[in-house]
Amino acid sequence: MPLLEPRPTPSARMRLLSPLIAIGLTLAVGSLLFLSLGKNPVEAFTVFFIQPLSSGNGWSELMVKAGPLILIAQGLAIGFRARIYNIGAEGQLIVGALAGGGVAIAFDGVDAWWVLPLMVVAGAIGGALWGAVPALLKTRFNAEETLTTLMLTYIASFTLSYMVNGPWRDPEGMNFPQSIMFGDPALFSPWFEGMRVNASILIATVASIAFWIFTSRSFLAYQLTVGGLAPAAARYAGFSAQRTVWVSLVLSGLTAGIAGVGEVAGPVGQLNLNISPGYGFAAIIVAYLGRLNAVGIVLAGLLMALLYLGGEAAQVALQLPAAITGLFQGMLLFFLLGADVFVDYRLKPRPKPAYA
Amino acid sequence: MSIPPPPFSGPPAGTPRLELSGITKRYPSVVANDGINLKVGPGEIHAVLGENGAGKSTLMKIIYGAVQADAGQIQWNGREVVVANPAEARRLGIGMVFQHFSLFETLSVVENIALALDEPFDLKALAVRVKEVSTRYGLPLDPDRLVHSLSVGERQRVEIVRCLLQQPQLLILDEPTSVLTPQAVQKLFETLRRLAAEGVSILYISHKLHEIQSLCHSATVMRGGKVTGTATPSRETPASLARMMIGRELPVCEVPAYTGIATPALTVHKLSLVPDDPFGTRLQDIELEVHRGEILGIAGISGNGQAELLAALSGETTGTPEAVKLVGLPVGHLDAGRRRKHGLAFVPEERLGRGAVPSMSLADNATLTAQRQGLVKKGFLRPKAAWEFAKACIDRFDVRCGGPGAAARSLSGGNLQKFIVGREIMQQPIAMVVAQPTWGVDVGAAAFLRQTLIDLSRQGVAILVISEELEELFEICDRIAVLAEGRLGPAVPKAETNAEKIGMQMSGLFAPADKEPAHAPA
Repeated sequence: MPLLEPRPTPSARMRLLSPLIAIGLTLAVGSLLFLSLGKNPVEAFTVFFIQPLSSGNGWSELMVKAGPLILIAQGLAIGFRARIYNIGAEGQLIVGALAGGGVAIAFDGVDAWWVLPLMVVAGAIGGALWGAVPALLKTRFNAEETLTTLMLTYIASFTLSYMVNGPWRDPEGMNFPQSIMFGDPALFSPWFEGMRVNASILIATVASIAFWIFTSRSFLAYQLTVGGLAPAAARYAGFSAQRTVWVSLVLSGLTAGIAGVGEVAGPVGQLNLNISPGYGFAAIIVAYLGRLNAVGIVLAGLLMALLYLGGEAAQVALQLPAAITGLFQGMLLFFLLGADVFVDYRLKPRPKPAYA
Repeated sequence: MSIPPPPFSGPPAGTPRLELSGITKRYPSVVANDGINLKVGPGEIHAVLGENGAGKSTLMKIIYGAVQADAGQIQWNGREVVVANPAEARRLGIGMVFQHFSLFETLSVVENIALALDEPFDLKALAVRVKEVSTRYGLPLDPDRLVHSLSVGERQRVEIVRCLLQQPQLLILDEPTSVLTPQAVQKLFETLRRLAAEGVSILYISHKLHEIQSLCHSATVMRGGKVTGTATPSRETPASLARMMIGRELPVCEVPAYTGIATPALTVHKLSLVPDDPFGTRLQDIELEVHRGEILGIAGISGNGQAELLAALSGETTGTPEAVKLVGLPVGHLDAGRRRKHGLAFVPEERLGRGAVPSMSLADNATLTAQRQGLVKKGFLRPKAAWEFAKACIDRFDVRCGGPGAAARSLSGGNLQKFIVGREIMQQPIAMVVAQPTWGVDVGAAAFLRQTLIDLSRQGVAILVISEELEELFEICDRIAVLAEGRLGPAVPKAETNAEKIGMQMSGLFAPADKEPAHAPA
């Protein structure tokens, strides 16, 4: 007998509150975790959440990490609303980075204003194409996009590995698997001396505004949402299910691709094997933590970026393993999904035993 | 005849088989049962009469142990019991035949029955018993047939036989005739009378007054979760029963004559369709023509191709262009949105999830199909226009709700149906297809919806209604055709047919009717 039964009217307020509940539970369990490791939780949380923001550079780093997370999550949220689950944004990010990086390598030494915009466009196209493959597979062969997008991530990752080990390897890089360092025309220049924050954050900002307008006002987004909430109603209204698949996957691939260019033309400055610390996957959590809402995603992206920074700080200051970041991300997602279950369902009381 | 002893060890005479006192069940938003008292004697056929939402089903679930009451007592053969779950109910001798069957289509009859038994079984012996019981009660069944090859009526027999094998002392039937042909209804009644004669008590849930009058010894009438009266149906009139049930007179529809010119608006020609669903029904050479100013009814029991025909008409399934024509224009290849643009409106059977998005507001649900009424401009939504459209629909069609911002799922079935029908009508269609217009709708709203459809047709709209309710079709339609096993019979003017003839066709007896369309001997 199932232990959960659907609530007759799920509370809209609890749905908005559930990310906060998830954050609270993550902090609570995090405290226990720190205690069991022999660390003072108060001190640990200071290192984790306060210290990274106590300097200008900390805020700069926060933006550097939040930018790609927010950008990718905005794209993913469109698909998630339509129940198209692109979990291969990481692969689309890599292909975007490869396309943008390819432009940078091809025009190395050319000092022109158009190199960087061209890289962004190339990255967008690369990511979009990588998203179009699972769209084609789904619409033609009914192949589940959760599998194909994930598998394509491996292909993207090995392609990157091949390129930086082979054709695009820096001849003067002492055989490290990396490309040449990009020239200034192929880089977002930092806004402040000694900090890494740059104009790519503007792309995420503009994209967030555009997605906010798109999701709240456009008929296309309405159709996608209907397709996700009630597929039979979408068919009844005559909304195309195929278009939903294409728009969702291509759009999310496109934003991930741009995010990839932001990395190689920003903090990384070249193509190598570490261009993303898992932004494509973390953005899935960001999208849901932000309730698939453009504004919510901005807040969630900032929080997730802080987790990355806190994780790094915890490694240095508390000698905790690098896994701590993933652990906190995982806990956050786990508690969020858990809280969401209880928004829609409630525990069913066990029936009383037979005779009175 | 060697009838074995009645399957119950009788309680002392005069003790009711079942007695409920003060049964109360509260849900967060509604009191489903409020202090219900009910008494059923051995061998009594007792009707529980009430509209949808009156609390009948909740009460039956409480008796069957599927739902626990918040307050009140259940006395079983004079002893107070707590029925914790359905297995407990079956041990006590309570059987229930549900409105919606829970059978596995890929298994045989006997396998399905075995699955529901609480004790260990031997399939071969069980098959023999199934055969015995089914013949004894006039419910012929082949134990080895696969369920997907059975008609709906036969599936119901499986459910009934399943209950009878447990030798129940009380049998609960929830709206058992909604899926049966008029002939099958008579057969079922014979079986029930026979069971009653053997001492089995029967609780018969229905809102069909004439059935209750011909079958039941006594009736408990419910309205709004309360008992509003008890009656001896044979001493009442349908009108007096209806008054108890809905608290006022039974509304009647007015059917004026159409004064315009009746030209064909919706034409279906040689429509054949093989469904994707392996258990779906194949449509074969469907021919039909609906004229402006008329309502054409399609009778038949669900599962005979209704779902497939509806999808083919609405555009949710597409086919060859010429198969469906709208005022001469081939639209068979167009999707639902494009057909709507050409003047076809469609009200589906499932209101939540198909006709409306449950979690969206009525204003947002207006945009679902009425987007061409200025609710979308240059690819952008116009929330204000949608709000006003929804508001106008609510006012014009008397939709009781919290306003255009209310979520579709917060509306009662009848009010949501009024909204959906209204939304489609406000798009000024040329032809309108309506499935089960009053399914699950209370009597008042049903009368309103029927009148709305009649009025719409008299304004020159061609309307096609697919319904399982024969009385409804006879009330509102000008012509009636029967869909059985994926084939559509000829459309016959209402005056030239009757429930019995239609019932014959429902069981798939087309062959003579095809040659002798309108006047086949009954």
